[in-house]
Amino acid sequence: MTALDDTTRAHGEVRFEQPSPDTLQLSFTGSWRLQDHRPPAAGFEQQLASAPGSRRVTLLSTELGAWDSGLVTYLARVVTLCRERSIEVDASGLPEGARRLLELAFAVPPKKDTGKHGEQPPAVTRIGMTVLDLWRGMPEMIRFIGEATQSLGRFLTGRAQYRLSDLLLVIQDAGPSALPIVSIISFLVGLIVAYMGAVQLAQFGAQIYIADLVAIGMVREMGALMTGIIMAGRTGAAFAAQLGTMQVNEEIDAFKTMGIAPMDFLVLPRMLALILMMPLLTLYSGIVGMLAGLTVAIIVFDIGLFEYYQQTVRALDLRQFAVGVSKGTVYGILIAIAGCLRGMQCGRSAQAVGQATTSAVVTSIVFIVIAASVLTILFQQLGI
Amino acid sequence: MVAAQQDTRPQAHITVRDLTMAYGDFVVMRDLNFDVNRGDVFIIMGGSGCGKSTLLKQMIGLRAPAKGDIAYEGVSFWKSTEEVQNRLKRSFGVTFQQGALWSSLTLAENVMLPLGEYTDLGAAEMRDVASLKLALVGLAGFEEFYPSEISGGMQKRAALARAIALDPDILFFDEPSAGLDPISSRRLDELILELRDSLGATIVVVTHELASIFTIANNSVFLDAETRTMTTTGDPKVLRTESPDPKVRAFLNRGEA
Repeated sequence: MTALDDTTRAHGEVRFEQPSPDTLQLSFTGSWRLQDHRPPAAGFEQQLASAPGSRRVTLLSTELGAWDSGLVTYLARVVTLCRERSIEVDASGLPEGARRLLELAFAVPPKKDTGKHGEQPPAVTRIGMTVLDLWRGMPEMIRFIGEATQSLGRFLTGRAQYRLSDLLLVIQDAGPSALPIVSIISFLVGLIVAYMGAVQLAQFGAQIYIADLVAIGMVREMGALMTGIIMAGRTGAAFAAQLGTMQVNEEIDAFKTMGIAPMDFLVLPRMLALILMMPLLTLYSGIVGMLAGLTVAIIVFDIGLFEYYQQTVRALDLRQFAVGVSKGTVYGILIAIAGCLRGMQCGRSAQAVGQATTSAVVTSIVFIVIAASVLTILFQQLGI
Repeated sequence: MVAAQQDTRPQAHITVRDLTMAYGDFVVMRDLNFDVNRGDVFIIMGGSGCGKSTLLKQMIGLRAPAKGDIAYEGVSFWKSTEEVQNRLKRSFGVTFQQGALWSSLTLAENVMLPLGEYTDLGAAEMRDVASLKLALVGLAGFEEFYPSEISGGMQKRAALARAIALDPDILFFDEPSAGLDPISSRRLDELILELRDSLGATIVVVTHELASIFTIANNSVFLDAETRTMTTTGDPKVLRTESPDPKVRAFLNRGEA
């Protein structure tokens, strides 16, 4: 058999003859490789239809040139069609290799009715099934949250099995390593808030209130929200991908059989890392945002450094920080839960890891936005 | 030394000359010289970690050797341009240790992907070819299954179907029977032989399954982890009793030589 490197395209042909009324004879001539011009098997089907009395098909290859799967595919089709019509096939005139390949191809009967990829159910059914799936997913999520809480409890009482070095590594990953991206995003968001606000405030000659706007906006709301979204895309996705790959490699099963709770060993350090790091990152984000506001105020709106500082200090008190940091902590918990949950639920293929990662980011962002709304309303109502 | 004899012999399908494999400064194997003839079932054997898979990676063009060359029908692989290398690679069919089927594609799509890249067949014809290849490995009717939905043995056979998609000249197997039960493993051995006879391909297998070695092989090379080079080459059935190297005899007799 020749490799497909030949650029010359030859022609393969098949001649149909009827030596006797109930016999159809196929003579293959020329070159029958995949890259050659070959007649489609439909031609044979037509011949069969025009000679309905055929009880026997003879295959001859005396003038056959080079051949490969191109020929065998045609032959396989011929044999299938003949079997459907219970016509006898005489393959003794074929090259030995081709005959053996044909035998091999029909050695194992095809698996029928595999129940795969039949008709798509109607749209209403599909919507219903999706909703039911979501509904059935709820207990799993609740169980996961419950187990995670128990695991935290074990940690607090010092009975959790985990390795300190793992925890430190995750903390490094979820904290210091995230500083550059948090800095850039927070600075730019601070810049946008300051600039947008100042343009409006300038109409009343009240530019100095940029300081209030930026300080309260960044510390109370935007710092936590932006950090949350960054960490969802950065760390939540990483958690899901790590745990998902471990699921694929059966590493999580290995933990279970050794009596080590994956919840303690894998999920707990990740949750702790985010619970510890998110408040710090939120605080940091607020400060960077305020620096951006200051830059805009000084360069664009001619406000003095000291003036801006005074105004900022007047606007802020400990409550604003407390609100921002507590929001950040909540987002951190949500990101850790979404990332670890999707990772642990991951299927056992490369594609499933991709889905788990996507789903982790989407779930965290949805959770964060819902939590942000609820907390904002709650804090307003409580007057904090 | 060995290179001097090279010209007197008829041209082999694969010739390995003065091959040294290394990871950085760490030399895995040095001075490998052997030939694989057309139609051989050639076994690369040796203890665990001696560099069998590394040798295979160099033969299929995944890792460049530190020194030396491999030639296919006299065409050097590692001294050739990328274009020639790609042409040579297209005449290889490889099945990896874990199957390495693309998990996001169905079995039929796995076989069709190389066909789509390297031939100008129409969609319907590609499907027919894919069905044929799957039928050849006993997986007719499994076209629409995803790799994760079939058993390990079936995955290995599906990987073989993908490897023979382009009617390769040389088929490489990395541990084909690892993780298979004796019966599946035997079926796979028979399939390898059957494909060799009907496709007329040369077969190179990395394995240390003795049962499989004696069933399918007619030529082999033994890599020795201690001396970091090859000791013998030849038919394992003969080497089993007649190899001058006690290590080879021990290996082929499960240490009971």
